[in-house]
Amino acid sequence: MENFDYLAPRSLTEAYAALGSGRTSLMLAGGTDVIVQLREGRKQCDQLIDLKHIPELMSYGFAADGTLEIGAAVPLAQLYEDPEVRRRQPALCDAATIIGGTAIQSRATLGGNLCNASPAADSSPALIALGALLVIGSDRGTGEVPVEAFFAGPGRSSLQPGEILLQVRIPALGAREGAYYHRFIPRNEMDIAVASAGVRIGLDESDRIVSARVALGAVAATPLFVPSAAEALIGQPATRETFEKAGAAAAAAATPITDMRGSAAQRKHLVSVLTVRALERALERIREAR
Amino acid sequence: MTTIDRPTYRIVGTRPIRPDGVEKVTGKAQYGADVRLPNLIQGRILRSPHAHARILSIDTSEAEKTPGVFAVLTHKDFPVAEDKIEELGESAVNLKELSDNILASDKVLYKGHAVAAVAAINGHVAEEALKKIRVEYEVLPPVLDVRDAMREDAPLLSETRFTKSMSGQASDKPSNIAAITRFQGGNVEEAFAAADHIVEREFTTKMVHQGYIEPQNSTASWNSDGTLTIWTSTQGAFVVRAQVAEVLRLPVSKIRVIPMEIGGGFGGKIPIYLDPVATLLSKKAGRPVKLVMNRTEVFMATGPTSGSSIKLKMAEKDGIITAVQAEMAYEAGAYPGSPVGAGAMTMLSPYNIENFVIDAYDVVVNKPKVSAYRAPGAPVSAFATETAIDELAKAAGMDPLEFRLKNSAHEGTRMVTGVPFPRIGHEECVRAALESPHYQSPIEGPNRGRGVASGFWFNAGLQSSVSVAVNVDGTVNLIEGSTDIGGTRASLAMQLAETLGIPYDDVKPIVADTDSVGHNDVTGGSRTTFASGLAVVEAAKDIQAQMISRASKLLNAPEGELRYEDGAVVSSDGSKRIPFAEIAAAQGRTGGPIYGNASLMARGVGGAYATHIVDVEVDPDTGKVTVLRYTAVQDVGTAIHPSYVEGQIQGGVAQGIGWALNEEYYYNEDGTLANASFLDYRMPTTLDVPAIDTVLVEVPNPGHPYGVRGVGEVPIVPPLAAVANAVAEATGHRFTDLPISPRRVVEELHGLA
Ligand SMILES: Cc1cc2nc3c(=O)[nH]c(=O)nc-3n(C[C@H](O)[C@H](O)[C@H](O)COP(=O)(O)OP(=O)(O)OC[C@H]3O[C@@H](n4cnc5c(N)ncnc54)[C@H](O)[C@@H]3O)c2cc1C
Repeated sequence: MENFDYLAPRSLTEAYAALGSGRTSLMLAGGTDVIVQLREGRKQCDQLIDLKHIPELMSYGFAADGTLEIGAAVPLAQLYEDPEVRRRQPALCDAATIIGGTAIQSRATLGGNLCNASPAADSSPALIALGALLVIGSDRGTGEVPVEAFFAGPGRSSLQPGEILLQVRIPALGAREGAYYHRFIPRNEMDIAVASAGVRIGLDESDRIVSARVALGAVAATPLFVPSAAEALIGQPATRETFEKAGAAAAAAATPITDMRGSAAQRKHLVSVLTVRALERALERIREAR
Repeated sequence: MTTIDRPTYRIVGTRPIRPDGVEKVTGKAQYGADVRLPNLIQGRILRSPHAHARILSIDTSEAEKTPGVFAVLTHKDFPVAEDKIEELGESAVNLKELSDNILASDKVLYKGHAVAAVAAINGHVAEEALKKIRVEYEVLPPVLDVRDAMREDAPLLSETRFTKSMSGQASDKPSNIAAITRFQGGNVEEAFAAADHIVEREFTTKMVHQGYIEPQNSTASWNSDGTLTIWTSTQGAFVVRAQVAEVLRLPVSKIRVIPMEIGGGFGGKIPIYLDPVATLLSKKAGRPVKLVMNRTEVFMATGPTSGSSIKLKMAEKDGIITAVQAEMAYEAGAYPGSPVGAGAMTMLSPYNIENFVIDAYDVVVNKPKVSAYRAPGAPVSAFATETAIDELAKAAGMDPLEFRLKNSAHEGTRMVTGVPFPRIGHEECVRAALESPHYQSPIEGPNRGRGVASGFWFNAGLQSSVSVAVNVDGTVNLIEGSTDIGGTRASLAMQLAETLGIPYDDVKPIVADTDSVGHNDVTGGSRTTFASGLAVVEAAKDIQAQMISRASKLLNAPEGELRYEDGAVVSSDGSKRIPFAEIAAAQGRTGGPIYGNASLMARGVGGAYATHIVDVEVDPDTGKVTVLRYTAVQDVGTAIHPSYVEGQIQGGVAQGIGWALNEEYYYNEDGTLANASFLDYRMPTTLDVPAIDTVLVEVPNPGHPYGVRGVGEVPIVPPLAAVANAVAEATGHRFTDLPISPRRVVEELHGLA
């Protein structure tokens, strides 16, 4: 590990100034990715900028319209330990509660999980399915992007030098909407997704699907948004048969590789299994909420 | 617990707290990574980026100039080790090869092979310096799979290696097949011709790692008088001393090895990797040097156990297994020495089979040199045999346990080596399994299945020495040289307390260094409670004799009229009695310190058998196998400390479940180990293993005063086959390739491969 400076700006202004210093920077949120990468020599930097002292990034709450606004450096455990978050955004908690174990979750953040840009990250497909938006800031101002537009490749986000991910905004779920996220891992903990699927569906009064979003993890170079799976769902009754069509569409969209975590054929197969099961559980959630 | 004919004891068979327990749970116990010395500096190792290459040159000049660097080392600094084989417990190590494995000389033979080392003021500086070492390689094609390596046109790891057989040299061309061994008996052709049923299968397994939690480490301090002290994590301090002496051409008397607490070994901490490097760095630097591997280094460059390929044909007639033909090839890794021989010698040991031919191939490949792993060689050969037996039992219309019972080996049955068994307990294990609540209860529900399998391990004897010092307060110090991996301080202290008739808490065991106790072979081969236990009993008898002679003075009675009994010396008519503590208190005025010793080469080893039952459920959509219930029955001889025996069994089963279901060395084509971390090398976690029920069958070993058999290794032998048999029941598919990972199951059940 090479030497680097540690900076702890107290405001976004200070952080932007540090980023503009011309030295190579890395952000430090929970550090559960970046510290490992620095120690193993997979990443280098002149300065590590700790985001945990910037108040905007460390708070979260529900806006008047029900949108859940989460500062990028809020630890996952803080989110899922909040009963209101669990009740109103259970699919977010599906992801937050399986990233690493308790120790990891008390440090790890959504910002870090997203910015690390692993194709297998657990929060990304869940947030895409939920239709979440990301607020990105720099000394030039702030802007918003949908999560599915945030990834450029394995380990690469669309963040430009000088930019910081400030906030994750998750729109409220309607009364007849439900969402679910899960992954397949060979063990029962401490594993990285071989494949994963997140879904969000909305039903009308006659249980016909009126809205749908499907996203996949670990089966492409980036987390994958699958509009074709949504098309297979919208306008159809919420039945196993419909779900299987969506599963097939999701599998068709997946472009997995073979590596030590699983084979391409296994992953394509898992995509349809996981999509169908996720849709069934999202449907259960809608029914339970009634 | 099923106990067969054993005396009741005062302490043997109870469950006291281990003497090292408090230090370990309070974090005070000292492991190798805890060693701190004045002026200590840190070492790091440069490793080969290629799986197979010739080293053309190494330029260390830039690294040497780096500020903060004290020493740089390459193989040139090693005295050339002679081509000499020495018996090192379970592992016969060719020392020239050992030396080359520690720092490569002419060739690198696996990715991660050590090439050079640096010692610097801290680890970061040492890492920077490693980057400045220039190594020029001529990259050669690697050969990674055992069957590929056996082909005539395979790339050769060594141009001077010829195949050896029991009758001498068996190849006229250089070969990756280092050795072929044949075991043969009866007439297989006739038996196959007359068979009712024949099963013929091919099996493959991948390299797997022991997965001990503590990485290898070594701290060496070269002293200006030419002596050397090494602090290290090892299964045998004396074996480290012997290997370092050989590799560095030093007399053993110049080397003191201090064994630190050990965070797991399972056979993997018998060979040395770091000690000579730390030593020579220390000699060059003039300071003590510490080396600690990281997890990636442990996976890439220590000794896992072999991947294998086994072709097996087995015949049955009238419920009797009549013939076995096997061709088994084990990967030795970069240098010869796979446990294929042990695999061949154990695979039929639970049974009485008249006709057999087993050909065993020891094959080098461009992967790390294997080392021992819990019953080395036996789990994968049992995987093959016990799968075939399951199929034959079905074909014969018999219950798989009844079939095993009918074919069981017993006292007098000959092993494939021709040696007859002494009293053994396989039949008792199978009977206990048949009667177990687990086997008696039905298995219900879709996608579920039950499997059984048996296994055998020899266990080892070898050399042990102990000393026992009697304190004036009536307690004793037990000075032993067997590193304590699985609770042997307790199991030895208990045998001493039992034999001396004193309380367990009055025995204080200490694991001493190589200057402080007589020679001890490794803690391995399930030998310590047995063999060092024999030495403890001998030393206790030595103490008893001394106690009698002291008592004779104190009681004014001739020695011939006194005997030692229940922690006291008593006269034959029972009229006079003096307890241990009183004689101990008086030792200074009855002849000086009372000090017992025993050194021996342990004979009378009792083999160990196990029979396991497992229920699994398979998710046919994801291919995930969940272990629902597990019962391990084992003949443990006499369980000195039943909790630690159960712990050994449960640990072996957990490792076996991992081996069966998920663990594998996953190599990319270029020879890169792609899963060199605990994240991707999927050992089971606590959430992946159910509570494991144990049934301790006690068929005492006649070769030990308390009937001890080694218990640590055999529990890993049956799980691979037991799980595979259960999966076959659950899915209707026979999986003959390990691991039976979700990937493999899903590809097979859905025709995806
Ligand atoms: C033992 C273990 C288990 C794990 N298990 C899982 C798992 O099951 N699933 C999973 O998805 N991941 C897992 N991870 C990975 C990791 O924990 C997650 O990705 C985590 O969410 C990262 O968050 P962090 O706050 O720790 O990120 P950090 O390590 O602090 O940062 C990660 C990256 O994002 C950048 N960054 C962070 N915040 C910002 C920001 N606001 N703006 C711009 N850039 C930013 C950093 O510079 C860095 O490059 C595991 C890691 C470990 C060590």
